[in-house]
Amino acid sequence: MTIAPICPTPIMQHETVQMAHGAGGRLSQALMHRVFMPHLHNSFLDLLDDQAKLDLPSRRIAFTTDTYVVSPIFFPGSNIGELAVNGTVNDLAVGGATPLYLSAGFVLEEGLSLAELEAVVISMAEAARKAGVMIVTGDTKVVGKGQCDKLFINTAGIGIIREGVNLSCRNMKAGDSIILSGTVGDHGMAIMTSREGLSFQSRITSDCAALNGMISTILDEVPFAIHAMRDPTRGGVAATLNELASSSSIGIEIHESTIPVKSDVRGACELLGIDPLHVANEGKLVVAVAAGDAEKVLEVMRRFDPGRDAVIIGSVVDDHPGMVVMRTVYGSQRIIDLPLGEQLPRIC
Amino acid sequence: MLRPMKYIDEYRDPELARKLLEEIRKKALHHWTIMEICGGQTHSIIRNGIDQLLPDTLELVHGPGCPVCVTPLESIERALAIAAREEVIFTSFGDMLRVPGNARDLFMVRSAGGDVRIVFSPLDALQIARDNPSKEVVFFAVGFETTAPANAMAVWQAVREGINNFSVLVSQVMVPPAMRAILSSPDNRVQGFLAAGHVCAVMGYEEYEPISREFQVPIVPTGFEPVELLAGILKTVELLEEGRAEVVNCYGRVVSRAGNPIAQETIQKVFEVIDRPWRGIGLIPRSGLGLREAFARFDAETKFKVTNIFAEESSLCMSGSVLQGKLKPDGCPAFAKECTPQHPLGATMVSSEGACAAYYQYHLNTL
Repeated sequence: MTIAPICPTPIMQHETVQMAHGAGGRLSQALMHRVFMPHLHNSFLDLLDDQAKLDLPSRRIAFTTDTYVVSPIFFPGSNIGELAVNGTVNDLAVGGATPLYLSAGFVLEEGLSLAELEAVVISMAEAARKAGVMIVTGDTKVVGKGQCDKLFINTAGIGIIREGVNLSCRNMKAGDSIILSGTVGDHGMAIMTSREGLSFQSRITSDCAALNGMISTILDEVPFAIHAMRDPTRGGVAATLNELASSSSIGIEIHESTIPVKSDVRGACELLGIDPLHVANEGKLVVAVAAGDAEKVLEVMRRFDPGRDAVIIGSVVDDHPGMVVMRTVYGSQRIIDLPLGEQLPRIC
Repeated sequence: MLRPMKYIDEYRDPELARKLLEEIRKKALHHWTIMEICGGQTHSIIRNGIDQLLPDTLELVHGPGCPVCVTPLESIERALAIAAREEVIFTSFGDMLRVPGNARDLFMVRSAGGDVRIVFSPLDALQIARDNPSKEVVFFAVGFETTAPANAMAVWQAVREGINNFSVLVSQVMVPPAMRAILSSPDNRVQGFLAAGHVCAVMGYEEYEPISREFQVPIVPTGFEPVELLAGILKTVELLEEGRAEVVNCYGRVVSRAGNPIAQETIQKVFEVIDRPWRGIGLIPRSGLGLREAFARFDAETKFKVTNIFAEESSLCMSGSVLQGKLKPDGCPAFAKECTPQHPLGATMVSSEGACAAYYQYHLNTL
């Protein structure tokens, strides 16, 4: 439903962001009413106050923030707007919180096409609707040409922590099963293959998705099963497993043959000499669960789109504390280390 | 979940690997030391844990075939000096950006405002030159015979199209002279070689036959996947056990005896054989390639007058011994202590093809 008239599309497409759009005057208001409000409006935003006043149903809240600078801003399967909503929703959800409210701060580069900006805002509205959260406050700044790359978005989010849930990556125990919710490396390779300078085409699309629906169902149906939970974004599954191992001071062993990788992603990784375990995901989950609950958790995950390909990839062990070791298909072992430095520029 | 991937999975078949390992165990009756020349092979061996699966009688030592590792420090310093210049767009394969010179690396030059770009091919660098006629575009032409044809082709194209804002910083080396240097060393331990598959794809293996005869060592051109490496190791063991100093090709899907004549011709047209210093090893006579006189105007060293820049190695770094197979990475006192991928003392700890980096990254027993 729209509450404000939208200018005819052809004019919008020819318009670009001007410095004056960020100056707080008439053009700032016009930008708000033409691009942001028609798509994002809700009972909080409609008040146009400098802050949102929220009543929270619980005193235990989770609060997080993340800034999105991905380039290009549109990439196969998603865009920076959807990523900015889902990323923050997921950061709340993996802490056992039910995400409720988001803020959105935009840094716009002078000259950005308003049509592109509006497409991003529409994606944010759609992603927020799907994830069941509201964007309740926001801000826009404009910087000169070359001072940012088209569009940066910061989102912060508040969620309420579910009753009786106390997730921490320090709770893993030897014997736990490690479950991965699906294929690795989709997001990072979608970005990589859509960049200029890499002249091969692929059908790889980002896995960008909100995980809160899947996570809350697991917590409802298999309470207390989950000992630790993370979404493996930058640094990929390798970085997440290393964080889990080092914060619980316990070892993780995974099995090479079980790691799910889409064949396109695998092909691109082979070509570029990149380990898919080091590549970013934006809609995947790694959980450590009591071995006895693993099958039940898998069954719940597979009901959801982002968990369709969920598998057990390994287990928590007493050996090599703080380290992740892979058992290769040949029966040998190798360390899965943190990726060193930048592998792919600006992936989220 | 894993769908088979043609030209990859048949060479990673665990069952086939198991059979080859069994065969190697049966055949390897004596103790043998085999060197894989190429850093790509080292990486694959360590990553797949092949060294853990071999019988104790077989020792793999890791060779000098890592382009990043053997590029001398002075070339790195020259690259840094050129990359920092206002008018220059400096292009390089990604690995070179993290190799430290005396005080900084190319990433640091970039963060200080230098225009340093990663490219996947020297022809991409040439495209950048076409697109930026007001800039000087420099490509860091490092590597072995594998990279030489494409690097030569970039210069050749620049000549043909009259692109004058393009030049190359050349640090191009060759495998056979390095093998001779290793075999001639008084404390050499290497008894057989896995020759570098992709180098042989370009050059063929005919040029290894005199080395094999002269030094009485078997040389086996080998691929990079686990099954190929194991097949290469098995063949080398068979030759060693039978006392046959021969060159036997185990990478038939890519390598022929004569190699790729068009690629060789391209190298010939643009480059000539010269003396080259190797990082950690020192000068090896007639071991490298430099631009021929006719292409001198594409030589970045003279164009930017950096030939007077020299540099000295860290005294702690023993990468020279590692590159010659005299020392295993974890035998170096600085390994994983003063020297880590975060703070590398030498290039063998930097490149993904470097033996020290491979040990640090994958080897369970070394940490």
